[in-house]
Amino acid sequence: MEFKFEIEGGNFSKAGSASSEVKKILKQLNVNPKIIKRTVVSLYEAEVNVVAHAFEGNMNVDIDTDKIVVKIEDRGPGIPDIDQAMQEGYSTATPQVREMGFGAGMGLPNIKRNSDQMNITSKVDVGTELEIINYFG
Amino acid sequence: MVKVADVVDKLNARVICGSGDMNQEIQFGFASDLMSDVLTIDTENLLLITGLNNLQTIRTSEMSDISFILFVRDKKASEEMKELACENEITLLECGHSMFRACSILNEIGLQPVY
Repeated sequence: MEFKFEIEGGNFSKAGSASSEVKKILKQLNVNPKIIKRTVVSLYEAEVNVVAHAFEGNMNVDIDTDKIVVKIEDRGPGIPDIDQAMQEGYSTATPQVREMGFGAGMGLPNIKRNSDQMNITSKVDVGTELEIINYFG
Repeated sequence: MVKVADVVDKLNARVICGSGDMNQEIQFGFASDLMSDVLTIDTENLLLITGLNNLQTIRTSEMSDISFILFVRDKKASEEMKELACENEITLLECGHSMFRACSILNEIGLQPVY
Protein backbone atom coordinates (compact mmCIF):
# COMPACT_ATOMS: atom_id res chain seq x y z
CA MET A 1 0.00 0.00 0.00
CA GLU A 2 1.29 3.42 -0.92
CA PHE A 3 0.15 6.79 0.32
CA LYS A 4 1.38 10.32 -0.32
CA PHE A 5 0.79 13.37 1.86
CA GLU A 6 1.69 17.00 1.21
CA ILE A 7 3.36 19.01 3.99
CA GLU A 8 3.05 22.79 4.00
CA GLY A 9 6.06 24.73 5.28
CA GLY A 10 5.26 27.22 8.04
CA ASN A 11 1.69 26.01 8.61
CA PHE A 12 1.69 24.84 12.22
CA SER A 13 -2.08 24.40 12.36
CA LYS A 14 -1.74 21.49 9.92
CA ALA A 15 1.50 20.05 11.31
CA GLY A 16 0.89 16.46 12.30
CA SER A 17 -2.05 15.80 10.00
CA ALA A 18 -0.04 13.47 7.73
CA SER A 19 1.34 11.52 10.71
CA SER A 20 -2.18 11.31 12.11
CA GLU A 21 -3.44 9.73 8.87
CA VAL A 22 -0.61 7.17 8.98
CA LYS A 23 -1.52 6.34 12.58
CA LYS A 24 -5.14 5.67 11.57
CA ILE A 25 -4.00 3.37 8.73
CA LEU A 26 -1.60 1.41 10.99
CA LYS A 27 -4.35 1.00 13.62
CA GLN A 28 -6.73 -0.34 10.97
CA LEU A 29 -4.04 -2.84 9.98
CA ASN A 30 -3.78 -4.00 13.61
CA VAL A 31 -0.07 -3.25 13.87
CA ASN A 32 1.38 -3.65 17.39
CA PRO A 33 0.52 -0.38 19.29
CA LYS A 34 4.14 0.00 20.52
CA ILE A 35 5.39 -0.10 16.93
CA ILE A 36 2.65 2.33 15.86
CA LYS A 37 3.76 4.74 18.58
CA ARG A 38 7.45 4.51 17.64
CA THR A 39 6.58 5.05 14.00
CA VAL A 40 4.21 7.96 14.36
CA VAL A 41 6.42 9.76 16.89
CA SER A 42 9.29 9.64 14.39
CA LEU A 43 7.01 10.70 11.51
CA TYR A 44 5.55 13.55 13.54
CA GLU A 45 9.02 14.82 14.50
CA ALA A 46 9.96 14.70 10.81
CA GLU A 47 6.75 16.43 9.75
CA VAL A 48 7.28 19.21 12.31
CA ASN A 49 10.84 19.63 10.99
CA VAL A 50 9.50 20.21 7.46
CA VAL A 51 6.89 22.70 8.73
CA ALA A 52 9.50 24.45 10.88
CA HIS A 53 12.35 24.68 8.39
CA ALA A 54 11.25 24.06 4.79
CA PHE A 55 9.01 25.71 2.18
CA GLU A 56 7.16 22.52 1.32
CA GLY A 57 7.53 18.79 1.43
CA ASN A 58 5.83 15.47 1.07
CA MET A 59 5.60 12.22 2.96
CA ASN A 60 5.60 9.03 0.89
CA VAL A 61 4.44 6.00 2.82
CA ASP A 62 4.89 2.41 1.66
CA ILE A 63 3.37 -0.25 3.90
CA ASP A 64 4.31 -3.88 3.33
CA THR A 65 3.31 -6.97 5.31
CA ASP A 66 6.45 -6.79 7.45
CA LYS A 67 7.48 -3.15 7.46
CA ILE A 68 6.69 0.50 6.83
CA VAL A 69 9.03 2.64 4.72
CA VAL A 70 8.50 6.39 4.81
CA LYS A 71 10.35 8.97 2.74
CA ILE A 72 10.00 12.59 3.74
CA GLU A 73 11.39 14.99 1.16
CA ASP A 74 11.40 18.75 1.44
CA ARG A 75 12.35 21.79 -0.56
CA GLY A 76 14.15 24.15 1.77
CA PRO A 77 17.44 25.37 3.18
CA GLY A 78 18.87 21.88 3.73
CA ILE A 79 21.18 20.86 6.57
CA PRO A 80 24.83 21.95 6.18
CA ASP A 81 26.21 19.57 8.81
CA ILE A 82 24.09 16.46 9.50
CA ASP A 83 26.39 15.17 12.28
CA GLN A 84 25.91 18.45 14.12
CA ALA A 85 22.14 18.36 13.55
CA MET A 86 22.05 14.85 15.05
CA GLN A 87 23.49 16.10 18.33
CA GLU A 88 20.92 16.54 21.09
CA GLY A 89 20.42 20.21 21.88
CA TYR A 90 21.58 21.60 18.54
CA SER A 91 18.84 23.61 16.86
CA THR A 92 18.39 26.40 14.33
CA ALA A 93 14.67 26.79 15.07
CA THR A 94 13.05 30.22 15.08
CA PRO A 95 11.35 31.73 18.17
CA GLN A 96 7.97 30.95 16.51
CA VAL A 97 8.87 27.24 16.38
CA ARG A 98 9.94 27.33 20.04
CA GLU A 99 6.62 28.93 20.99
CA MET A 100 4.92 25.86 19.53
CA GLY A 101 6.85 23.65 22.00
CA PHE A 102 9.60 22.51 19.64
CA GLY A 103 13.08 23.60 18.59
CA ALA A 104 14.99 22.05 21.48
CA GLY A 105 17.32 20.18 19.16
CA MET A 106 15.82 16.81 19.97
CA GLY A 107 13.90 15.99 16.79
CA LEU A 108 16.46 14.10 14.71
CA PRO A 109 17.91 12.14 17.69
CA ASN A 110 14.35 11.17 18.66
CA ILE A 111 13.60 10.04 15.10
CA LYS A 112 16.70 7.84 15.23
CA ARG A 113 15.63 6.42 18.62
CA ASN A 114 12.16 5.56 17.32
CA SER A 115 13.11 4.01 14.00
CA ASP A 116 14.77 0.71 13.08
CA GLN A 117 16.57 2.39 10.19
CA MET A 118 17.03 6.06 9.46
CA ASN A 119 18.78 7.50 6.42
CA ILE A 120 19.21 11.20 5.84
CA THR A 121 20.73 13.18 2.99
CA SER A 122 20.63 16.91 2.48
CA LYS A 123 21.77 19.57 0.03
CA VAL A 124 22.14 23.16 1.18
CA ASP A 125 19.58 25.47 -0.50
CA VAL A 126 17.89 22.48 -2.14
CA GLY A 127 16.34 20.33 0.56
CA THR A 128 16.48 17.26 2.76
CA GLU A 129 15.48 13.64 2.24
CA LEU A 130 14.79 11.45 5.23
CA GLU A 131 13.94 7.76 5.13
CA ILE A 132 12.47 5.95 8.11
CA ILE A 133 12.00 2.18 8.16
CA ASN A 134 10.23 0.30 10.95
CA TYR A 135 9.61 -3.44 11.02
CA PHE A 136 6.36 -4.87 12.37
CA GLY A 137 7.87 -8.09 13.73
CA MET B 1 -3.49 5.38 40.69
CA VAL B 2 -5.58 8.54 40.67
CA LYS B 3 -9.12 8.85 39.32
CA VAL B 4 -10.00 11.65 36.89
CA ALA B 5 -12.72 12.63 39.39
CA ASP B 6 -10.06 13.11 42.10
CA VAL B 7 -7.94 15.32 39.82
CA VAL B 8 -11.01 17.45 39.12
CA ASP B 9 -11.93 17.61 42.80
CA LYS B 10 -8.49 18.36 44.28
CA LEU B 11 -7.53 20.94 41.65
CA ASN B 12 -10.98 22.46 41.24
CA ALA B 13 -10.49 21.67 37.57
CA ARG B 14 -12.97 21.76 34.70
CA VAL B 15 -13.46 18.89 32.28
CA ILE B 16 -13.80 20.51 28.87
CA CYS B 17 -13.65 17.44 26.66
CA GLY B 18 -14.15 13.71 27.11
CA SER B 19 -16.02 13.88 30.42
CA GLY B 20 -17.41 10.37 29.85
CA ASP B 21 -15.83 8.21 32.54
CA MET B 22 -14.69 10.08 35.63
CA ASN B 23 -13.63 6.78 37.22
CA GLN B 24 -10.79 6.26 34.74
CA GLU B 25 -7.53 5.80 36.63
CA ILE B 26 -4.22 7.48 35.77
CA GLN B 27 -0.90 6.20 37.07
CA PHE B 28 1.74 8.70 35.92
CA GLY B 29 2.16 12.44 35.48
CA PHE B 30 4.58 14.37 33.30
CA ALA B 31 4.80 18.16 33.39
CA SER B 32 6.29 20.10 30.50
CA ASP B 33 5.69 23.00 28.14
CA LEU B 34 8.22 21.49 25.75
CA MET B 35 6.58 19.03 23.36
CA SER B 36 10.01 17.77 22.23
CA ASP B 37 10.43 16.39 25.76
CA VAL B 38 6.95 14.88 25.81
CA LEU B 39 7.72 13.02 22.58
CA THR B 40 10.62 11.21 24.27
CA ILE B 41 8.39 9.71 27.00
CA ASP B 42 7.61 6.05 26.60
CA THR B 43 5.18 5.58 29.49
CA GLU B 44 1.57 4.46 29.26
CA ASN B 45 -1.37 5.77 31.27
CA LEU B 46 -0.03 9.29 31.57
CA LEU B 47 -1.46 12.70 32.46
CA LEU B 48 0.32 15.52 30.63
CA ILE B 49 0.44 18.66 32.77
CA THR B 50 1.20 21.70 30.63
CA GLY B 51 0.74 25.42 30.14
CA LEU B 52 1.24 25.18 26.39
CA ASN B 53 -2.17 25.62 24.82
CA ASN B 54 -1.88 25.15 21.09
CA LEU B 55 -2.85 22.52 18.56
CA GLN B 56 0.56 20.85 18.76
CA THR B 57 -0.10 19.96 22.43
CA ILE B 58 -3.02 17.83 21.22
CA ARG B 59 -1.11 16.45 18.22
CA THR B 60 1.84 15.49 20.44
CA SER B 61 -0.52 13.68 22.82
CA GLU B 62 -2.20 11.91 19.91
CA MET B 63 1.14 10.59 18.65
CA SER B 64 2.35 9.68 22.15
CA ASP B 65 -0.86 7.83 23.11
CA ILE B 66 -1.51 10.29 25.95
CA SER B 67 -5.20 10.21 26.90
CA PHE B 68 -5.28 12.94 29.56
CA ILE B 69 -4.12 16.58 29.40
CA LEU B 70 -4.34 19.10 32.26
CA PHE B 71 -3.86 22.76 31.32
CA VAL B 72 -2.50 24.81 34.22
CA ARG B 73 -2.20 28.59 34.83
CA ASP B 74 -5.77 29.04 33.54
CA LYS B 75 -4.76 28.33 29.96
CA LYS B 76 -7.77 27.71 27.76
CA ALA B 77 -8.08 25.20 24.96
CA SER B 78 -9.40 26.59 21.67
CA GLU B 79 -12.41 25.09 19.86
CA GLU B 80 -10.03 23.57 17.31
CA MET B 81 -8.01 21.95 20.12
CA LYS B 82 -11.19 20.59 21.73
CA GLU B 83 -12.36 19.12 18.42
CA LEU B 84 -9.05 17.39 17.79
CA ALA B 85 -8.92 16.10 21.38
CA CYS B 86 -12.47 14.72 21.19
CA GLU B 87 -11.71 13.07 17.85
CA ASN B 88 -8.80 11.28 19.51
CA GLU B 89 -10.65 10.50 22.75
CA ILE B 90 -8.34 12.67 24.82
CA THR B 91 -9.73 14.07 28.08
CA LEU B 92 -8.95 17.78 28.51
CA LEU B 93 -8.93 19.44 31.92
CA GLU B 94 -8.26 23.09 32.84
CA CYS B 95 -7.28 24.53 36.21
CA GLY B 96 -6.12 27.85 37.60
CA HIS B 97 -3.15 26.56 39.61
CA SER B 98 0.49 27.04 38.71
CA MET B 99 2.23 24.00 37.28
CA PHE B 100 4.24 23.57 40.50
CA ARG B 101 1.17 23.64 42.74
CA ALA B 102 -0.80 21.32 40.47
CA CYS B 103 2.07 18.80 40.39
CA SER B 104 2.51 19.01 44.14
CA ILE B 105 -1.18 18.27 44.79
CA LEU B 106 -1.32 15.47 42.20
CA ASN B 107 1.78 13.81 43.63
CA GLU B 108 0.27 14.04 47.11
CA ILE B 109 -2.85 12.14 46.02
CA GLY B 110 -0.82 9.38 44.36
CA LEU B 111 0.09 10.38 40.82
CA GLN B 112 3.58 9.02 40.14
CA PRO B 113 6.49 10.68 38.31
CA VAL B 114 7.77 9.04 35.11
CA TYR B 115 11.38 9.32 36.32
